[in-house]
Amino acid sequence: MSDAAIPVTGAIKFNIQIGDELTHNVKPLLHEIKHALDNLIETGKSTIIDLRSIPLAPGEEEKILNTLGRGEVQAQLNALGLSDVSETQYAGVWIVTHYNDEQHVISRFIEVTTMPEILCSQTEDVMKSYSRLTLDLGDNLET
Amino acid sequence: MTNKKDKSLLDKTGLEKTDVNRTLGEMLRSQGVSRRSFLKYCAATASMMAMSPAMIPKIAHALESARRPSVIWLSFQECTGCTESLTRAHTATIESLIFDAISLDYHHTLQAAAGHAAEEAREAAMKENFGKYLLVVDGSIPMDNPGYSTIAGISNYDMLMETAKGAAAIIAVGTCATYGGLPHANPNPTGAVSVGDLIKDKPIINVPGCPPIPVVITGVLTHFLTFGTIPELDHIGRPKVFYGQSIHDRCYRRPFYDKGLFAETFDDEGAKKGWCLYKLGCKGPTTYNACATTKWNDGTGWPIEAGHPCLGCSEPDFWDGGGFYKSISMPTENITQTAIYTAAAAAAAGVVLGTMNKSKKNSAVAAHNKTSIDDLEK
Amino acid sequence: MSEIEFLNWVRGQGFQIAVIIFIAGVIIRLAEILLLGRKANLAEAKGSEMSSGLRTIITRSVPDKSTFQRSTFTVVAGYIFHIGLFVTIFLFAPHILMFKDVIGFGWPSLPTPVVDALAVVTIIALLAVLTHRMRDTVLKFLTTKEDILVWMLTILPLITGYMAFHRIGMTAPTLLAIHILSVELLLVIFPFTKLMHAFTFVLSRWYNGAISGYRGVES
Repeated sequence: MSDAAIPVTGAIKFNIQIGDELTHNVKPLLHEIKHALDNLIETGKSTIIDLRSIPLAPGEEEKILNTLGRGEVQAQLNALGLSDVSETQYAGVWIVTHYNDEQHVISRFIEVTTMPEILCSQTEDVMKSYSRLTLDLGDNLET
Repeated sequence: MTNKKDKSLLDKTGLEKTDVNRTLGEMLRSQGVSRRSFLKYCAATASMMAMSPAMIPKIAHALESARRPSVIWLSFQECTGCTESLTRAHTATIESLIFDAISLDYHHTLQAAAGHAAEEAREAAMKENFGKYLLVVDGSIPMDNPGYSTIAGISNYDMLMETAKGAAAIIAVGTCATYGGLPHANPNPTGAVSVGDLIKDKPIINVPGCPPIPVVITGVLTHFLTFGTIPELDHIGRPKVFYGQSIHDRCYRRPFYDKGLFAETFDDEGAKKGWCLYKLGCKGPTTYNACATTKWNDGTGWPIEAGHPCLGCSEPDFWDGGGFYKSISMPTENITQTAIYTAAAAAAAGVVLGTMNKSKKNSAVAAHNKTSIDDLEK
Repeated sequence: MSEIEFLNWVRGQGFQIAVIIFIAGVIIRLAEILLLGRKANLAEAKGSEMSSGLRTIITRSVPDKSTFQRSTFTVVAGYIFHIGLFVTIFLFAPHILMFKDVIGFGWPSLPTPVVDALAVVTIIALLAVLTHRMRDTVLKFLTTKEDILVWMLTILPLITGYMAFHRIGMTAPTLLAIHILSVELLLVIFPFTKLMHAFTFVLSRWYNGAISGYRGVES
């Protein structure tokens, strides 16, 4: 396997070839991304595509990722295992990959958005950090 | 971003509330799980349960505001493999989130209490949450003699019937609880039956497998927690989302089956090339489970990928299918012996009948009987 | 009874019953025919019975010219479905496995897509044969209930086998069980119908050759 733009770590490789036909899902998917970008521009609505829900032949996921490539942003999350949130060479098209503790991909999404939701700090977490910082500073929680 | 002084939101970190009154969201945050991590888990769950990504916020909201349901886990005639499967999940971070979400009020293998204290805890949980607790059962129930399997002197049957009364729903985990499993195999010496054979008035979700894939167990629990309902079930009570497809229809070796390329032994060229394992006894064509897509050990692999034919372990009576290494096109019993004995007996009978016919013919000839059309049509 | 219980039964007890009736029926019928014997022919033999008989078993496989011209459709369609039946029954890998289990040895199989295609051809040929039989006045006159029964018993395993392989219509274990059951039904009724021609054709071809050979003429 060639070096993908976004590393697929921990995947176990087998010497088994499944068949020569690709499921030809690559081009339609890229078109779907194109339409999602259009939608984002027109209405501001984000679109999330679950890569696991599409039957892809081995090698097709790589092809999609290679086509989308790497852009300016690469964020690594450390939340219950690693997660990789990267903008592709096409601004507005992000790849969000979730890994578990053993570096296996548990899910992968293509998000067409200005900022993937998971990158934003969550309200509840912010509330918690306020109360924690208050306690750490020795201040009263009521102030 | 809301007003940081919003007291009601601040109180959500409250540690004073007792466990059972806390929502899942509160409980997770109190354990240091950030909402971001929680979102990641919801995304993975939605993907795993084949739900559209649009469902992710719904799952997140539902799980966050869910009250921790009380779960009573009864283990009957079982090998504890199902519990092992569930607790051996390597990404304890993801699957155990669900385990942490539930209030596991009774579980032989996992609980610290024993003896009377344990039984009292169970009865207290049942009383407190009557009509709302989730009953999980693994292992079959012996009906021949209640003494075959008892807990604290209470027979499995009695315990099941009593505990089922106040259950909101029952999840039968493992092929033993769903269809009788190994104890039920020929000649079924204990008279083992499944949960579904005994309980007729409560919703039952069957999660078969020997053992079931861990994410299937947790996925069913997640569905129940998220939506409060039973997922769509097939004709023998299995969630269609995990058991709707046969192994054969999702097997990556299927192209070899379709082309007729089979491994003949476990170490021949065909096996090394990853050809179809039909001839080695694979029950994939008649088995419905998620192994081929969801796989085992968090996607590491599954039996066929490891080179072993499917046992059909999520189907009823898979132990009586003629043997794991006998392909499904082969008869399960010894036909050769039957054929030889039948041939011998038939030859003898044939000789007798033939001789009788011949003597009948001879006497007809001697008596100069006319041949009729009936004689010819015989 | 669950699907798998049903499948296990047809693979187990059902198979036993079918095999017993089939083997007993075939052997007893053949024994009866053979033991009936023939009338002694007092004329002098002008040639060999046995060699002509044996040769005729093979040569009768080629239809003679006048038969072919008179009943072209029947001969051609007949050959097609007989060859098709032979291939689908004896040259399909899962079936060979079954034979290997029962008689102790197997043989090479044909590629599955070939067998699959031939199964379709065979089904079509059988349908054509029945249609022809019903539309031809003479054939229709000669048709009995047994003919229809035998036709159905022959086509059912093909159709159910195709459905089981392609998993059409019902859940997989049920499809497979129905296919095996249809074969067992065929086996059980076989010895009591004209399907016995599968074995008696050897006897009749031999007989035709023998009587000609005895008289010293071509058969």
